[in-house]
Amino acid sequence: MASLREMRRRIRSVKNIAQVTRALEAVSASKVRKAVAALLATRPYATKAWQVLTHLAGQPGRESLHPLLTPRPNPKRALVVVISGDRGLAGTYNTNIVRFVMREFAHYPLPVDYVVVGRKGRDMLLRRRCRLIADFSDLPAAPAFADVSAIGRLVVDEFLKGNADEVWLVYTDFVNMMKQEVRAKKLLPLEVQRPEERVEAFEQGRKVPAAYIYEPEEREILDEIVPRFTALQIYQAILEGLASEHAARMVAMRNATDNAVELAADLQLEYNKARQQSITSDMLDVVRGAESLTRS
Amino acid sequence: MPIRCEIVSQDRTVFEGEADIVILPGSAGEMGILPNHAPLITTLNYGVIRVRRHGEEQVFTVAGGIAEVQPDVVTVLADAAENVEEIDVERAEAARRRAEEAMAKGVPKDTDAYLAIEAALRRSRLRLDAVRRYRRAKQLKGMPEE
Repeated sequence: MASLREMRRRIRSVKNIAQVTRALEAVSASKVRKAVAALLATRPYATKAWQVLTHLAGQPGRESLHPLLTPRPNPKRALVVVISGDRGLAGTYNTNIVRFVMREFAHYPLPVDYVVVGRKGRDMLLRRRCRLIADFSDLPAAPAFADVSAIGRLVVDEFLKGNADEVWLVYTDFVNMMKQEVRAKKLLPLEVQRPEERVEAFEQGRKVPAAYIYEPEEREILDEIVPRFTALQIYQAILEGLASEHAARMVAMRNATDNAVELAADLQLEYNKARQQSITSDMLDVVRGAESLTRS
Repeated sequence: MPIRCEIVSQDRTVFEGEADIVILPGSAGEMGILPNHAPLITTLNYGVIRVRRHGEEQVFTVAGGIAEVQPDVVTVLADAAENVEEIDVERAEAARRRAEEAMAKGVPKDTDAYLAIEAALRRSRLRLDAVRRYRRAKQLKGMPEE
Protein backbone atom coordinates (compact mmCIF):
# COMPACT_ATOMS: atom_id res chain seq x y z
CA MET A 1 0.00 0.00 0.00
CA ALA A 2 1.12 3.52 -0.79
CA SER A 3 2.74 5.42 2.01
CA LEU A 4 0.77 8.14 3.75
CA ARG A 5 2.95 10.84 2.31
CA GLU A 6 2.44 9.55 -1.22
CA MET A 7 -1.29 9.47 -0.70
CA ARG A 8 -1.29 13.02 0.59
CA ARG A 9 0.58 14.15 -2.47
CA ARG A 10 -1.82 12.30 -4.75
CA ILE A 11 -4.84 13.89 -3.08
CA ARG A 12 -3.35 17.33 -3.44
CA SER A 13 -2.61 16.83 -7.13
CA VAL A 14 -6.10 15.53 -7.83
CA LYS A 15 -7.57 18.53 -6.07
CA ASN A 16 -5.36 20.81 -8.14
CA ILE A 17 -6.58 19.17 -11.30
CA ALA A 18 -10.16 19.73 -10.21
CA GLN A 19 -9.38 23.37 -9.66
CA VAL A 20 -7.83 23.78 -13.09
CA THR A 21 -10.63 21.98 -14.90
CA ARG A 22 -13.20 23.99 -13.00
CA ALA A 23 -11.51 27.20 -14.14
CA LEU A 24 -11.37 25.93 -17.72
CA GLU A 25 -15.04 25.10 -17.55
CA ALA A 26 -15.86 28.62 -16.43
CA VAL A 27 -13.75 30.08 -19.23
CA SER A 28 -15.43 27.89 -21.83
CA ALA A 29 -18.83 28.77 -20.46
CA SER A 30 -18.24 32.45 -21.06
CA LYS A 31 -16.69 31.76 -24.46
CA VAL A 32 -19.59 29.64 -25.55
CA ARG A 33 -21.97 32.45 -24.67
CA LYS A 34 -20.00 34.87 -26.81
CA ALA A 35 -19.70 32.42 -29.67
CA VAL A 36 -23.43 31.77 -29.67
CA ALA A 37 -24.13 35.49 -29.67
CA ALA A 38 -21.84 35.91 -32.69
CA LEU A 39 -23.55 33.00 -34.38
CA LEU A 40 -27.01 34.45 -33.88
CA ALA A 41 -25.86 37.90 -34.96
CA THR A 42 -24.79 36.76 -38.41
CA ARG A 43 -27.86 34.67 -39.02
CA PRO A 44 -30.10 37.46 -40.40
CA TYR A 45 -27.54 38.34 -43.03
CA ALA A 46 -27.10 34.74 -44.07
CA THR A 47 -30.84 34.14 -44.30
CA LYS A 48 -31.40 37.30 -46.30
CA ALA A 49 -28.56 36.51 -48.66
CA TRP A 50 -29.98 33.04 -49.19
CA GLN A 51 -33.37 34.56 -49.94
CA VAL A 52 -31.90 36.83 -52.57
CA LEU A 53 -30.19 33.88 -54.16
CA THR A 54 -33.33 31.77 -54.26
CA HIS A 55 -35.22 34.69 -55.75
CA LEU A 56 -32.59 34.87 -58.45
CA ALA A 57 -32.65 31.17 -59.12
CA GLY A 58 -36.42 31.14 -59.02
CA GLN A 59 -36.71 33.32 -62.04
CA PRO A 60 -38.34 31.72 -65.03
CA GLY A 61 -36.22 30.56 -67.94
CA ARG A 62 -32.86 30.38 -66.25
CA GLU A 63 -31.00 27.19 -66.82
CA SER A 64 -27.46 28.15 -66.01
CA LEU A 65 -27.24 31.32 -64.01
CA HIS A 66 -23.62 31.19 -63.10
CA PRO A 67 -20.76 28.66 -63.30
CA LEU A 68 -20.82 28.34 -59.52
CA LEU A 69 -24.44 27.27 -59.65
CA THR A 70 -24.03 24.76 -62.45
CA PRO A 71 -23.41 21.09 -61.68
CA ARG A 72 -20.73 19.44 -63.81
CA PRO A 73 -21.58 16.36 -65.81
CA ASN A 74 -18.45 14.29 -65.11
CA PRO A 75 -16.95 15.26 -61.77
CA LYS A 76 -13.30 14.24 -61.40
CA ARG A 77 -12.10 15.66 -58.11
CA ALA A 78 -13.73 16.69 -54.88
CA LEU A 79 -12.59 19.25 -52.36
CA VAL A 80 -13.56 19.03 -48.72
CA VAL A 81 -13.29 21.94 -46.32
CA VAL A 82 -12.92 20.56 -42.80
CA ILE A 83 -13.55 22.83 -39.86
CA SER A 84 -12.00 21.71 -36.59
CA GLY A 85 -10.48 23.33 -33.53
CA ASP A 86 -6.99 24.63 -32.83
CA ARG A 87 -6.91 23.15 -29.38
CA GLY A 88 -7.57 19.87 -27.70
CA LEU A 89 -9.13 19.18 -24.30
CA ALA A 90 -12.52 19.47 -25.90
CA GLY A 91 -13.81 15.98 -25.36
CA THR A 92 -14.60 14.23 -28.61
CA TYR A 93 -15.07 17.43 -30.61
CA ASN A 94 -12.05 17.04 -32.89
CA THR A 95 -12.04 13.27 -33.12
CA ASN A 96 -15.70 13.25 -34.09
CA ILE A 97 -14.98 15.53 -37.01
CA VAL A 98 -12.08 13.45 -38.26
CA ARG A 99 -13.98 10.21 -37.80
CA PHE A 100 -16.87 11.66 -39.79
CA VAL A 101 -14.57 12.81 -42.58
CA MET A 102 -12.98 9.38 -42.77
CA ARG A 103 -16.32 7.64 -42.87
CA GLU A 104 -17.75 9.87 -45.58
CA PHE A 105 -14.76 10.61 -47.74
CA ALA A 106 -12.12 7.90 -47.31
CA HIS A 107 -13.92 5.76 -49.88
CA TYR A 108 -15.49 8.53 -51.88
CA PRO A 109 -15.83 7.73 -55.60
CA LEU A 110 -13.72 10.76 -56.49
CA PRO A 111 -10.19 11.59 -55.37
CA VAL A 112 -10.50 14.06 -52.52
CA ASP A 113 -8.38 17.08 -51.59
CA TYR A 114 -8.72 18.75 -48.24
CA VAL A 115 -8.68 22.31 -46.98
CA VAL A 116 -8.47 22.43 -43.20
CA VAL A 117 -9.30 25.02 -40.61
CA GLY A 118 -7.92 24.20 -37.18
CA ARG A 119 -4.65 22.68 -36.06
CA LYS A 120 -6.14 19.54 -34.56
CA GLY A 121 -7.97 18.55 -37.71
CA ARG A 122 -4.90 19.29 -39.78
CA ASP A 123 -2.63 17.09 -37.69
CA MET A 124 -5.06 14.20 -37.59
CA LEU A 125 -5.75 14.29 -41.33
CA LEU A 126 -2.05 14.48 -42.10
CA ARG A 127 -1.46 11.43 -39.93
CA ARG A 128 -4.04 9.62 -42.02
CA ARG A 129 -2.21 10.63 -45.19
CA CYS A 130 -4.86 12.87 -46.62
CA ARG A 131 -3.92 15.33 -49.32
CA LEU A 132 -4.14 18.80 -47.85
CA ILE A 133 -3.97 21.71 -50.24
CA ALA A 134 -4.43 24.52 -47.76
CA ASP A 135 -4.38 25.10 -44.03
CA PHE A 136 -6.15 27.99 -42.34
CA SER A 137 -5.32 27.31 -38.72
CA ASP A 138 -4.80 29.82 -35.95
CA LEU A 139 -7.76 32.01 -36.69
CA PRO A 140 -8.48 34.72 -34.14
CA ALA A 141 -10.66 33.68 -31.23
CA ALA A 142 -13.59 35.66 -32.58
CA PRO A 143 -13.03 35.72 -36.34
CA ALA A 144 -14.55 38.48 -38.43
CA PHE A 145 -15.81 37.84 -41.90
CA ALA A 146 -12.69 39.42 -43.34
CA ASP A 147 -10.52 36.85 -41.53
CA VAL A 148 -12.11 33.93 -43.32
CA SER A 149 -13.09 35.35 -46.69
CA ALA A 150 -9.77 34.09 -48.08
CA ILE A 151 -10.97 30.52 -47.59
CA GLY A 152 -14.01 31.24 -49.70
CA ARG A 153 -11.87 32.84 -52.38
CA LEU A 154 -9.57 29.85 -52.52
CA VAL A 155 -12.43 27.39 -52.77
CA VAL A 156 -14.17 29.35 -55.50
CA ASP A 157 -10.92 29.69 -57.45
CA GLU A 158 -10.22 25.97 -57.26
CA PHE A 159 -13.71 25.25 -58.46
CA LEU A 160 -13.59 27.69 -61.34
CA LYS A 161 -10.13 26.53 -62.42
CA GLY A 162 -11.50 23.01 -62.61
CA ASN A 163 -9.27 21.60 -59.87
CA ALA A 164 -12.37 20.59 -58.02
CA ASP A 165 -15.74 19.68 -59.42
CA GLU A 166 -17.59 19.57 -56.18
CA VAL A 167 -16.87 21.21 -52.86
CA TRP A 168 -18.07 19.96 -49.51
CA LEU A 169 -18.04 21.61 -46.16
CA VAL A 170 -17.71 19.52 -42.99
CA TYR A 171 -18.43 21.33 -39.76
CA THR A 172 -20.04 20.84 -36.39
CA ASP A 173 -23.52 22.18 -36.10
CA PHE A 174 -24.29 23.75 -32.76
CA VAL A 175 -27.68 22.35 -31.85
CA ASN A 176 -27.58 23.30 -28.19
CA MET A 177 -25.22 23.24 -25.22
CA MET A 178 -25.38 19.48 -24.85
CA LYS A 179 -25.67 18.48 -28.46
CA GLN A 180 -23.40 19.20 -31.42
CA GLU A 181 -23.59 17.34 -34.68
CA VAL A 182 -21.02 16.93 -37.40
CA ARG A 183 -22.53 17.66 -40.77
CA ALA A 184 -21.46 17.72 -44.39
CA LYS A 185 -22.93 20.30 -46.69
CA LYS A 186 -22.45 20.66 -50.41
CA LEU A 187 -20.98 24.06 -50.99
CA LEU A 188 -20.37 24.10 -54.73
CA PRO A 189 -22.03 23.89 -57.09
CA LEU A 190 -24.45 25.80 -54.99
CA GLU A 191 -27.76 24.05 -55.08
CA VAL A 192 -30.56 26.53 -55.06
CA GLN A 193 -33.92 24.92 -55.23
CA ARG A 194 -36.11 26.42 -57.85
CA PRO A 195 -39.17 26.93 -55.78
CA GLU A 196 -42.05 25.40 -57.67
CA GLU A 197 -44.58 26.97 -55.36
CA ARG A 198 -43.80 30.31 -56.90
CA VAL A 199 -45.73 29.29 -59.98
CA GLU A 200 -48.72 28.39 -57.90
CA ALA A 201 -48.50 31.65 -56.06
CA PHE A 202 -48.50 33.39 -59.38
CA GLU A 203 -51.60 31.60 -60.48
CA GLN A 204 -53.30 32.57 -57.29
CA GLY A 205 -52.60 36.14 -58.22
CA ARG A 206 -50.08 36.90 -55.52
CA LYS A 207 -47.19 39.15 -56.21
CA VAL A 208 -44.25 37.25 -57.62
CA PRO A 209 -41.15 38.82 -59.07
CA ALA A 210 -41.09 38.24 -62.78
CA ALA A 211 -37.62 39.23 -63.83
CA TYR A 212 -35.18 41.48 -62.11
CA ILE A 213 -33.76 44.70 -63.28
CA TYR A 214 -30.02 44.39 -62.81
CA GLU A 215 -27.79 47.25 -62.09
CA PRO A 216 -25.06 46.89 -63.26
CA GLU A 217 -25.09 43.76 -65.46
CA GLU A 218 -26.60 40.52 -64.24
CA ARG A 219 -23.28 38.82 -64.75
CA GLU A 220 -21.42 41.31 -62.61
CA ILE A 221 -23.90 41.05 -59.79
CA LEU A 222 -23.84 37.29 -59.77
CA ASP A 223 -20.06 37.37 -59.88
CA GLU A 224 -20.18 39.39 -56.72
CA ILE A 225 -23.02 37.77 -54.85
CA VAL A 226 -22.39 34.06 -55.46
CA PRO A 227 -18.74 33.84 -54.35
CA ARG A 228 -19.54 36.03 -51.40
CA PHE A 229 -22.34 33.79 -50.41
CA THR A 230 -20.02 30.80 -50.53
CA ALA A 231 -17.59 32.59 -48.24
CA LEU A 232 -20.45 33.50 -45.99
CA GLN A 233 -21.47 29.89 -45.59
CA ILE A 234 -17.93 28.98 -44.61
CA TYR A 235 -17.91 31.82 -42.12
CA GLN A 236 -21.18 30.64 -40.66
CA ALA A 237 -19.82 27.11 -40.41
CA ILE A 238 -16.73 28.37 -38.58
CA LEU A 239 -18.90 30.20 -36.09
CA GLU A 240 -20.99 27.07 -35.59
CA GLY A 241 -17.79 25.13 -35.08
CA LEU A 242 -16.46 27.59 -32.53
CA ALA A 243 -19.63 27.51 -30.50
CA SER A 244 -19.62 23.72 -30.64
CA GLU A 245 -15.98 23.53 -29.63
CA HIS A 246 -16.47 25.69 -26.58
CA ALA A 247 -19.60 23.83 -25.59
CA ALA A 248 -17.84 20.48 -26.00
CA ARG A 249 -14.91 21.71 -23.96
CA MET A 250 -17.19 23.01 -21.26
CA VAL A 251 -18.92 19.65 -20.93
CA ALA A 252 -15.62 17.77 -21.02
CA MET A 253 -14.21 19.98 -18.31
CA ARG A 254 -17.28 19.59 -16.16
CA ASN A 255 -16.96 15.81 -16.41
CA ALA A 256 -13.29 16.04 -15.57
CA THR A 257 -14.05 18.17 -12.53
CA ASP A 258 -16.72 15.76 -11.34
CA ASN A 259 -14.38 12.81 -11.76
CA ALA A 260 -11.55 14.56 -9.97
CA VAL A 261 -13.78 15.53 -7.05
CA GLU A 262 -15.04 11.98 -6.75
CA LEU A 263 -11.54 10.57 -6.94
CA ALA A 264 -10.30 13.03 -4.33
CA ALA A 265 -13.11 11.95 -1.99
CA ASP A 266 -12.26 8.28 -2.46
CA LEU A 267 -8.59 8.93 -1.88
CA GLN A 268 -9.33 11.00 1.18
CA LEU A 269 -11.38 8.17 2.63
CA GLU A 270 -8.61 5.71 1.97
CA TYR A 271 -6.06 8.09 3.43
CA ASN A 272 -8.12 8.55 6.57
CA LYS A 273 -8.46 4.81 6.98
CA ALA A 274 -4.73 4.33 6.56
CA ARG A 275 -4.00 7.09 9.03
CA GLN A 276 -6.38 5.60 11.57
CA GLN A 277 -4.77 2.24 11.11
CA SER A 278 -1.30 3.58 11.69
CA ILE A 279 -2.48 5.43 14.81
CA THR A 280 -4.06 2.26 16.11
CA SER A 281 -0.94 0.24 15.55
CA ASP A 282 1.19 2.98 17.12
CA MET A 283 -1.06 2.93 20.16
CA LEU A 284 -0.87 -0.80 20.36
CA ASP A 285 2.91 -0.49 20.36
CA VAL A 286 2.78 2.03 23.21
CA VAL A 287 0.39 -0.11 25.22
CA ARG A 288 2.44 -3.19 24.64
CA GLY A 289 5.56 -1.32 25.65
CA ALA A 290 3.90 -0.06 28.84
CA GLU A 291 2.61 -3.53 29.61
CA SER A 292 6.04 -5.04 29.30
CA LEU A 293 7.39 -2.35 31.66
CA THR A 294 4.78 -2.98 34.39
CA ARG A 295 5.28 -6.74 34.16
CA SER A 296 8.98 -6.50 34.85
CA MET B 1 -48.68 52.17 -48.65
CA PRO B 2 -45.20 52.12 -47.17
CA ILE B 3 -42.43 49.80 -48.22
CA ARG B 4 -40.57 47.62 -45.75
CA CYS B 5 -36.89 48.30 -45.43
CA GLU B 6 -34.33 45.93 -43.94
CA ILE B 7 -30.69 46.78 -43.62
CA VAL B 8 -28.49 43.96 -42.42
CA SER B 9 -24.73 43.96 -42.11
CA GLN B 10 -22.67 40.85 -41.62
CA ASP B 11 -22.84 41.00 -37.87
CA ARG B 12 -26.27 42.42 -37.10
CA THR B 13 -29.55 43.85 -38.26
CA VAL B 14 -28.97 47.56 -38.52
CA PHE B 15 -32.46 48.70 -39.40
CA GLU B 16 -35.82 47.16 -39.90
CA GLY B 17 -38.95 49.20 -40.44
CA GLU B 18 -41.27 50.91 -42.85
CA ALA B 19 -40.46 53.72 -45.21
CA ASP B 20 -42.13 56.00 -47.71
CA ILE B 21 -38.98 56.16 -49.76
CA VAL B 22 -35.54 54.59 -49.52
CA ILE B 23 -32.65 56.30 -51.26
CA LEU B 24 -29.79 53.95 -52.11
CA PRO B 25 -26.27 54.68 -53.30
CA GLY B 26 -26.38 52.25 -56.22
CA SER B 27 -23.21 51.61 -58.14
CA ALA B 28 -24.85 53.12 -61.22
CA GLY B 29 -25.99 56.19 -59.33
CA GLU B 30 -28.32 57.17 -56.53
CA MET B 31 -31.76 55.72 -56.73
CA GLY B 32 -34.92 56.40 -54.83
CA ILE B 33 -37.07 53.36 -54.20
CA LEU B 34 -40.79 53.92 -53.75
CA PRO B 35 -43.33 51.27 -52.80
CA ASN B 36 -44.31 48.97 -55.67
CA HIS B 37 -40.99 49.34 -57.38
CA ALA B 38 -40.18 46.74 -60.01
CA PRO B 39 -37.90 43.90 -58.77
CA LEU B 40 -34.32 45.01 -58.92
CA ILE B 41 -30.93 43.93 -57.76
CA THR B 42 -28.05 46.30 -57.53
CA THR B 43 -24.62 46.52 -56.03
CA LEU B 44 -24.00 49.45 -53.74
CA ASN B 45 -21.25 51.99 -53.58
CA TYR B 46 -19.77 53.51 -50.48
CA GLY B 47 -22.33 56.08 -49.48
CA VAL B 48 -25.38 56.77 -47.42
CA ILE B 49 -28.80 55.17 -47.41
CA ARG B 50 -31.65 57.50 -46.50
CA VAL B 51 -34.87 56.06 -45.20
CA ARG B 52 -37.76 58.52 -45.08
CA ARG B 53 -40.95 57.97 -43.18
CA HIS B 54 -43.53 60.67 -42.41
CA GLY B 55 -41.08 63.36 -43.42
CA GLU B 56 -38.51 62.11 -40.94
CA GLU B 57 -35.26 60.83 -42.29
CA GLN B 58 -32.88 58.24 -40.93
CA VAL B 59 -29.46 58.08 -42.46
CA PHE B 60 -27.12 55.09 -42.60
CA THR B 61 -23.63 54.83 -43.95
CA VAL B 62 -22.97 51.78 -46.06
CA ALA B 63 -19.60 50.50 -47.21
CA GLY B 64 -20.64 48.57 -50.27
CA GLY B 65 -22.98 45.65 -50.54
CA ILE B 66 -26.03 44.52 -52.41
CA ALA B 67 -29.63 45.67 -52.39
CA GLU B 68 -32.59 43.64 -53.51
CA VAL B 69 -35.85 45.39 -54.23
CA GLN B 70 -39.20 43.65 -54.29
CA PRO B 71 -42.46 45.55 -54.69
CA ASP B 72 -43.06 45.49 -50.95
CA VAL B 73 -39.58 45.25 -49.47
CA VAL B 74 -36.08 46.63 -49.85
CA THR B 75 -33.35 44.38 -48.49
CA VAL B 76 -29.88 45.81 -48.10
CA LEU B 77 -27.05 43.34 -47.54
CA ALA B 78 -24.31 45.68 -46.48
CA ASP B 79 -20.65 44.85 -46.05
CA ALA B 80 -20.79 47.30 -43.17
CA ALA B 81 -23.55 49.68 -42.19
CA GLU B 82 -24.19 52.07 -39.35
CA ASN B 83 -26.81 54.53 -38.32
CA VAL B 84 -25.28 57.98 -38.60
CA GLU B 85 -26.48 58.78 -35.09
CA GLU B 86 -24.51 55.84 -33.73
CA ILE B 87 -21.18 56.60 -35.35
CA ASP B 88 -18.39 57.03 -32.88
CA VAL B 89 -16.77 60.19 -34.21
CA GLU B 90 -13.63 59.87 -32.16
CA ARG B 91 -13.02 56.35 -33.31
CA ALA B 92 -13.63 57.24 -36.95
CA GLU B 93 -11.27 60.19 -36.59
CA ALA B 94 -8.60 58.01 -35.04
CA ALA B 95 -9.03 55.42 -37.77
CA ARG B 96 -8.66 58.07 -40.42
CA ARG B 97 -5.51 59.44 -38.83
CA ARG B 98 -4.03 55.96 -38.59
CA ALA B 99 -4.83 55.22 -42.20
CA GLU B 100 -3.47 58.53 -43.41
CA GLU B 101 -0.25 58.04 -41.49
CA ALA B 102 0.16 54.56 -42.90
CA MET B 103 -0.52 55.96 -46.35
CA ALA B 104 2.05 58.72 -45.89
CA LYS B 105 4.68 56.18 -44.92
CA GLY B 106 4.29 54.80 -48.39
CA VAL B 107 3.03 51.29 -48.92
CA PRO B 108 3.71 49.57 -52.24
CA LYS B 109 0.62 49.72 -54.38
CA ASP B 110 -1.35 46.65 -55.41
CA THR B 111 -0.50 44.82 -52.21
CA ASP B 112 -3.14 43.61 -49.80
CA ALA B 113 -1.84 45.96 -47.15
CA TYR B 114 -2.28 48.91 -49.47
CA LEU B 115 -5.80 47.91 -50.35
CA ALA B 116 -6.67 47.40 -46.70
CA ILE B 117 -5.40 50.84 -45.77
CA GLU B 118 -7.16 52.40 -48.68
CA ALA B 119 -10.41 50.75 -47.68
CA ALA B 120 -9.97 51.85 -44.07
CA LEU B 121 -9.36 55.38 -45.24
CA ARG B 122 -12.42 55.38 -47.45
CA ARG B 123 -14.57 53.97 -44.67
CA SER B 124 -13.47 56.46 -42.07
CA ARG B 125 -13.85 59.39 -44.45
CA LEU B 126 -17.30 58.21 -45.41
CA ARG B 127 -18.30 58.02 -41.77
CA LEU B 128 -16.94 61.43 -40.92
CA ASP B 129 -18.51 63.05 -43.96
CA ALA B 130 -21.84 61.50 -43.15
CA VAL B 131 -21.72 62.71 -39.58
CA ARG B 132 -20.82 66.19 -40.66
CA ARG B 133 -23.51 66.43 -43.26
CA TYR B 134 -26.41 64.57 -41.78
CA ARG B 135 -26.09 64.77 -38.07
CA ARG B 136 -25.84 68.54 -37.95
CA ALA B 137 -28.83 68.97 -40.24
CA LYS B 138 -30.89 66.86 -37.90
CA GLN B 139 -29.82 68.75 -34.83
CA LEU B 140 -30.77 72.06 -36.42
CA LYS B 141 -34.25 70.73 -36.91
CA GLY B 142 -34.42 70.21 -33.18
CA MET B 143 -33.82 66.49 -33.22
CA PRO B 144 -32.50 64.94 -30.03
CA GLU B 145 -28.82 65.48 -29.58
CA GLU B 146 -26.28 63.00 -28.33
